[in-house]
Amino acid sequence: MGLRRILDDIAPHFEKGGRYEKWYSLYEAVDTIFYSPSKVTVSPAHVRDGVDLKRIMITVWLAAFPAMFYGMYNVGYQATTAMAGMGIETTGDWHAFWIELFSSYNPNSIWDNFWYGAVHYIPIYATIFIVGGFWEVLFATVRKHEINEGFFVTSILFSLIVPPDLPLWQAALGITFGVVVGKEVFGGTGKNFLNPALTARAFLFFAYAPQMSGDAVWTAVDGFSGATSLSQIAADGMPVLTGSMGQELTWMDAFIGREQGSIGETSALAIMIGAVILLVTRIASWRIMSGVFLGMMAFSLLLNAIGSDTNPGFATPWYWHFVLGGFAFGMVFMATDPVSAAMTNTGKWVYGALIGVLAVMIRVLNPAYPEGVMLAILFANLSAPLIDYVVVRANIKRRLARNVI
Amino acid sequence: MSIDTKSILVKPIFANNPIALQILGVCSALAVTTGLQVTVVMCIALTVVTAFSNLFISMVRKFIPNSIRIIAQMTIIASLVIAVDQTLQAFAYEISKQLSVFVGLIITNCIVMGRAEAFAMKNPPGLSFLDGIGNGLGYSVVLLSVATIRELFGSGSLFGVQVLPLVSNGGWYQPNGLMLLAPSAFFIIGFLIWGLRAVRVEQEEKDEFKIAPHTVQEAAH
Repeated sequence: MGLRRILDDIAPHFEKGGRYEKWYSLYEAVDTIFYSPSKVTVSPAHVRDGVDLKRIMITVWLAAFPAMFYGMYNVGYQATTAMAGMGIETTGDWHAFWIELFSSYNPNSIWDNFWYGAVHYIPIYATIFIVGGFWEVLFATVRKHEINEGFFVTSILFSLIVPPDLPLWQAALGITFGVVVGKEVFGGTGKNFLNPALTARAFLFFAYAPQMSGDAVWTAVDGFSGATSLSQIAADGMPVLTGSMGQELTWMDAFIGREQGSIGETSALAIMIGAVILLVTRIASWRIMSGVFLGMMAFSLLLNAIGSDTNPGFATPWYWHFVLGGFAFGMVFMATDPVSAAMTNTGKWVYGALIGVLAVMIRVLNPAYPEGVMLAILFANLSAPLIDYVVVRANIKRRLARNVI
Repeated sequence: MSIDTKSILVKPIFANNPIALQILGVCSALAVTTGLQVTVVMCIALTVVTAFSNLFISMVRKFIPNSIRIIAQMTIIASLVIAVDQTLQAFAYEISKQLSVFVGLIITNCIVMGRAEAFAMKNPPGLSFLDGIGNGLGYSVVLLSVATIRELFGSGSLFGVQVLPLVSNGGWYQPNGLMLLAPSAFFIIGFLIWGLRAVRVEQEEKDEFKIAPHTVQEAAH
């Protein structure tokens, strides 16, 4: 194998005493992308499994691809439709050059829409990847850790939960905060108690509210203002949901994702494809996903039953909560992050249900936040150690009681 | 000034900072640091209260029965805080309105109580006074740094003077709303402590537990 020989040849430079000793973590990262690590554990307690951290992370990364590709298409579709409606011929900024190079602004052409979205999405993703990757490599090098593919997941998840209009410097600032404060200061991958992508999103949400919420940011066209379905519900309730062109928004539209929203969160269908991949490979916990879903369902049914004359959000049925906003994305990709979630099996149910209940509670009962999934998951992340502690203590108590004789 | 008195005055600034090392008095550091003007007033108020409460408590320390010493200390501290509060209301009404309850809350500030208990009860008045000033300075250093960062990035100004022109006024700076919320002070104090401990390694806490090294062996490719 030629590549193996090249890697082996340069290896001594990176090992202890070599010229580039400091950059060992980079060498190791490249080496293990192509080959299984040559190191094996020698202590007796040891799980044998072909799936290691790298493969897990890459699988999650690939599972987010359907949502990403659909997201690009939808960004373009929403924008070109809005432009056709407003009679705008060109976006008129630096995006226009790249868009016009390969396509036009025809809202009926799949390629045109996809390319329009790609021209907006790829710079955001590239910025996030480069800036976040820089921090990851910096910390790994200084601490002599291995560079970890966890960052692939953080970067793609973060890029999919931001609005398509996001200024690039904000993307860079957000991922910096997410990686450094959300993960590295606590010791790096595996020691973060918050989901770094959501930490980054929360930072932007509170720091630059005008660019992260409101009506003007969800379509990548200057001067177009259209509310997301969730803010419409918060304002007027279910019966008046409309799409970007004022047409009625059906449940099927919302399920497939032909609505405004953050880049990757609109299509419950594409996210479900990712969910199937994660569940079949057993990378995501089905207990957490079911917990989130059941919690959401139970609490929205409760709210339906209570009803309210003043708050139209009470009447939103559970199958709408599921397809609107970031619920599906949060349930499949964010809540199931194995590091920040609860570890015990019972704990996973409780943790999931907590997210489901809180997400609906914030959506419906707090008029200041039309979307509640982000805050619900972060709150559950914080509670996860406590949930585990209670589960473990309860188990110890139960077993002590059994052996009392 | 002997070495002893000098170290009493200077040590609390970096070597034994009440906020950064002892993690005391953090509550007011979160609440009053959105603007520098208010922060400066708060720092002066706290330094004055700590210094004089140390002085007076130290003067009467031999007459305070041990079992009711906290009540006696509180009486002295509370009288001083009321005096400071009234002075502020008389001469700087606007700022005293912005500080609202936080001047009153100096009474319960852990730094004031802590110094009274730990230092003034055991040392002569002169030294106690200096210790109060020193701890006030340590508190002020942290608060002023936090307030500078928060005001500069949160509203683009320093002491109310616009330094970075805001987008809303036709400039280029997009203010960071998080900086005006209390949690940002947590992050900034955290970063300050990180920086301080990177320079002064002796302030680092010991690990509570040690993770066993992983046992690896080189296998054949």
